[in-house]
Amino acid sequence: MEHSSLAGRIFRGVALSLILIFFMFPIVWIFLMSFQSNDQILRIPPRILFEPTLANYEALISGQLRTAAGNLQISFMRNLFNSVVLSSAAVLLALLLGVPAAYAFARFKFRLGETIAFTLLSFRFAPPLLVLLPLSLYYQELGLNDTYLGIVWVYQLIALPLILWIVRGYFEDISPDIEHAYRLAGHSWREAFTRIAVPLAGPGIAAAGLLSFIFCWNNFVFALILASADKQPVTVGALAFVTASGIQYGQIAAAIVLSVTPTLLLALYAQRYLVEGLSLGAVKG
Amino acid sequence: MDMLELRGIDKVYRSRGKPPVHAVRALDMAVEKGEIVALLGSSGCGKTSTLRMIAGFEDVSAGSIALGGRRIHELPPARRKVAMAFEGYSLYPPLTVRENIAFALKSAQLSRNEVSRRVDEIARLVEIEDILDSYPRAISGGQQQRVSLARALVRDADLYLLDEPMGQLEPQLRAVLRGRIKSLLAERGMTAIFVTHDQTEASALADRIAVMEGGVLQQFASEKELKGRPANLFVASFIGEPPMNLLDADVTRSDGGYRLSVGTDMRFGIDGAGLDGEAAKALASTPQVRIGIRPQKIAVGTGDVRVKVVSNQWLGDQSHVAGDCGGRMLIAVMPGRVVARPGDSVPFALEPRHLHIFGRDGTCIRHAEVS
Repeated sequence: MEHSSLAGRIFRGVALSLILIFFMFPIVWIFLMSFQSNDQILRIPPRILFEPTLANYEALISGQLRTAAGNLQISFMRNLFNSVVLSSAAVLLALLLGVPAAYAFARFKFRLGETIAFTLLSFRFAPPLLVLLPLSLYYQELGLNDTYLGIVWVYQLIALPLILWIVRGYFEDISPDIEHAYRLAGHSWREAFTRIAVPLAGPGIAAAGLLSFIFCWNNFVFALILASADKQPVTVGALAFVTASGIQYGQIAAAIVLSVTPTLLLALYAQRYLVEGLSLGAVKG
Repeated sequence: MDMLELRGIDKVYRSRGKPPVHAVRALDMAVEKGEIVALLGSSGCGKTSTLRMIAGFEDVSAGSIALGGRRIHELPPARRKVAMAFEGYSLYPPLTVRENIAFALKSAQLSRNEVSRRVDEIARLVEIEDILDSYPRAISGGQQQRVSLARALVRDADLYLLDEPMGQLEPQLRAVLRGRIKSLLAERGMTAIFVTHDQTEASALADRIAVMEGGVLQQFASEKELKGRPANLFVASFIGEPPMNLLDADVTRSDGGYRLSVGTDMRFGIDGAGLDGEAAKALASTPQVRIGIRPQKIAVGTGDVRVKVVSNQWLGDQSHVAGDCGGRMLIAVMPGRVVARPGDSVPFALEPRHLHIFGRDGTCIRHAEVS
């Protein structure tokens, strides 16, 4: 579409700026806050110009939270590390299980196939609190409470259905005859799966992996109930900033910046796969 | 020697909540080594199912398939020694055209020089030398189809399966490629089966044609045989352009033979002496038959059947005259130009010896004499 009229171009510019400000403002504001002390943040009226300080980041990295009532120990870096370990492990496991399962659901019609696929999807619309109570009882019995394994396992409720359903659609878009041609040339179906189907669905798998990574990263309630301090991810760890002597806005802002960074970098890296993945279906024969 | 032998093949598709679909029924077929066979039929007649069962993408519900003496219907596709060109082309998108064609050869572990020589040779044959370095998504449907064809033909296989191999090509190129592919297949003694719904393509390329309908093999014979001695009413009406004229006729005995009358407008005397025993018995036991006559066998301007001309088309080398005779439509094809306008009354000549006679169940009672 080509808008050539001046009014059209001006309108488009203004609209884009408004949208950009609307979406970027919270992020920019938090970024600025992370370089301010609590006093500067709570000043009325707020000021754009301030003297930046790295004290918030220092406190997070050293694990010493300075409040009006004295020093508090926090394990933010530990939480960040937990988030990375838990989310990556959960997504890897979900990919290992979900991609072959998605292939099976896309290619083969079998008894109860649709029922199983739908049951897996239904994990996404059951409220987490519904399963948490029984799950925590089971976990205590099984000794899975407060273990990485236990949390990675429960994260499958988030990651597996997402990967299964997104990747299944990508496999369904690939003509089975492409794999047939490969198999006729003297290859087994396993080779057709690993060398033809998976690479062709690659962008879709990357997109699904990224999405489920973000969902796992942002999960709060599972780890809150099932893990203790040294296994908790940043989402739960951030509660430590609400202290008896007040809320540490500066440190919260710095923590947010630090915890958003890994996902942001991953998203930027995977962006081209995402776009490619979304446009794959459009270029057929 | 029979290269491919299909015995009692049945294919039933079952899906939950729907009645089973019987796609192929009791198919028996033997293809000789070096033979080119066409599977001809309208869509849904079971021809593609048959091809896919031979390739191994569909299981046979019953029956057996043997290729070069090996029973292959239980083998995985990789071990059947079969090459196939797919109707949907199915090229590998991340590979160039050259890589796509070379792909099957690389798995066969040939030297690099040999691979490139064979790719170039087949590319020349189907006229895709100039796009060898393009990617499949950058070339047209017709080009993709030729790449897919090249990818199948470049391989060493016991059998080549081609599913609608030229459907997307321009008519002129199609005619050229047909000739080239036929001579390639013949030169190397390659056995091939191709699926088509185009009669011209079937008769131009194939040694024998298998006509299928409703999952049943109707007749498997050369084009000449299909035209001259159709096994049943379906083959008679399906093969030939324009299609055979078919009429209902009453059978009455007359001295030494039979009389076939179509309404009150046409009467044909069939000499009993020219009939074999079974045909005579069949005619004697039925009061009604269907008779067929090829449009090319009807002469316009002579004879005793008066028709009212409905249309008269001059196609540049022949005239197609459609006439109405007591509510029945007859089409005649004449080699020369016929002068007749719609509404004119002209005589058509239908000779009894040119009549095919079919029983009420559709089987052939008597073929026309071969002239």
